[in-house]
Amino acid sequence: MNFESELSKGKFMIPECSVCKKIVWPPTEFCDDCFGPVSLKNGEFEGKIIEFSKQNNDYFCIIEFESTIKIMAKMSEIPEVGQMVKISKCGISNEGYFFYVN
Amino acid sequence: MLKVGIAAYGTTPFTIDEQKIESVLLKSTKNLFENNSKINKKDIDAVLVSTNNNSKYLSPILSEMAGIQPKIAHSIESLCNSGTNSIVSAYSYIASGLAEMILISGAERHDSPGQILQWDNSRGEFKHPIFWASIFTKSYKREFSISDERLAVVSVKNHKQAKENPNAYSNKTYTVQDVMNSKKLTDDLKLLDCSRPCTGSASIILATEELTKNITDNPVWITGIGQKTTSASFTKNKSFTSMESTKLAAQSALKMSNHTANDIDVAEIHDAFSVCEPMALESLGFSDYGEGLDLVDELYETNNFKINPRGGLIGSGHPLGATGISQTIEITQQLQSNANNRQVDDANIGLIHNMSAAATSSTVLVLEK
Repeated sequence: MNFESELSKGKFMIPECSVCKKIVWPPTEFCDDCFGPVSLKNGEFEGKIIEFSKQNNDYFCIIEFESTIKIMAKMSEIPEVGQMVKISKCGISNEGYFFYVN
Repeated sequence: MLKVGIAAYGTTPFTIDEQKIESVLLKSTKNLFENNSKINKKDIDAVLVSTNNNSKYLSPILSEMAGIQPKIAHSIESLCNSGTNSIVSAYSYIASGLAEMILISGAERHDSPGQILQWDNSRGEFKHPIFWASIFTKSYKREFSISDERLAVVSVKNHKQAKENPNAYSNKTYTVQDVMNSKKLTDDLKLLDCSRPCTGSASIILATEELTKNITDNPVWITGIGQKTTSASFTKNKSFTSMESTKLAAQSALKMSNHTANDIDVAEIHDAFSVCEPMALESLGFSDYGEGLDLVDELYETNNFKINPRGGLIGSGHPLGATGISQTIEITQQLQSNANNRQVDDANIGLIHNMSAAATSSTVLVLEK
């Protein structure tokens, strides 16, 4: 089980060092601090909207999780900075990640 | 460390023409030799090629086409600041005594693969540079209560200055209203807020103090170098309203040169998008935070070319691997009082700011007469 295999199934998990418990982002095989093996944390993670803009009908937002990692995600409703959101859909398409939040 | 000077330079026009990367590299190198007949090819110890192009072993290819047989020949790639990274590498070879004279040629085609960063998956599907630029723009406007019209002055100023640069991609002037009416790319970015990927090349010769003085009567010296890479992912920027890597690189470069930002007479800074110019001015120490546009306004209103005299990236175009070298050539010409209608008065100390990957990596150079 690794981050990408889970993401490709539509599941967002948070990579964490199994030795020092540091969140490792972007996901890699080993901790960027102690080089310990990285495992995946399961959960219904809530993220905070840090910033956003809009292209055509879609908003794209910077979302921060666990006060540590940030991703760019698509949102259809009007976002607000500071708003808490959850990942509604995610996966891998054309070798790249995608995330939707609401 | 040994003193390192800029002894010669050459360039091509920046265009969207279809040209092979090998051809465009050779053209700026040819222009360099045409500009300075005192250079002996046998004195060139190293040929460094700055590019994001995926073609193989371009440095040996350029060496072969230009009739040079260097000891050291390799490419250097670091996205948009490949050019200044190459200059720093050349500086290091010379300062350490490993080489005495180095040709650095940067080139890119308009369809460079360096524009899309496949590694940066934290951006999700938003990998094109307009998306990070839109987030920077929105954050900067929000933090400092800045309007789109105020930001548009950056594009107006830099297009105006590019009109005096015969090698610039743009040859047109625009009003604030023109910028506002240009194609809307996102809610926070118009087409004329963006630098344009294009085809072009710039070449420069670095050499020891003795060889530099043999080649040119107007030597320019690299007196400060600062570099910082904070990550490879846009979303890992701690702030979306300032440039941490730029701030740290500038501190290092200014300290090495024993100067402060107040001492700088002329600067080329990395205005990949309109918002980048005030952000960089602030992070480099030219303005307080939130006041970068006050300086842009003042320079525009007084027709002062101090910042981005060649037109910056927005006016000149942005052939990634050539940009940092082209910026360095502009500051060299300014210090040599050789910049024609772009000339800044009393230019003795200049600065170059070249960054990559949404400001996660920056290079700052200080040049002096």
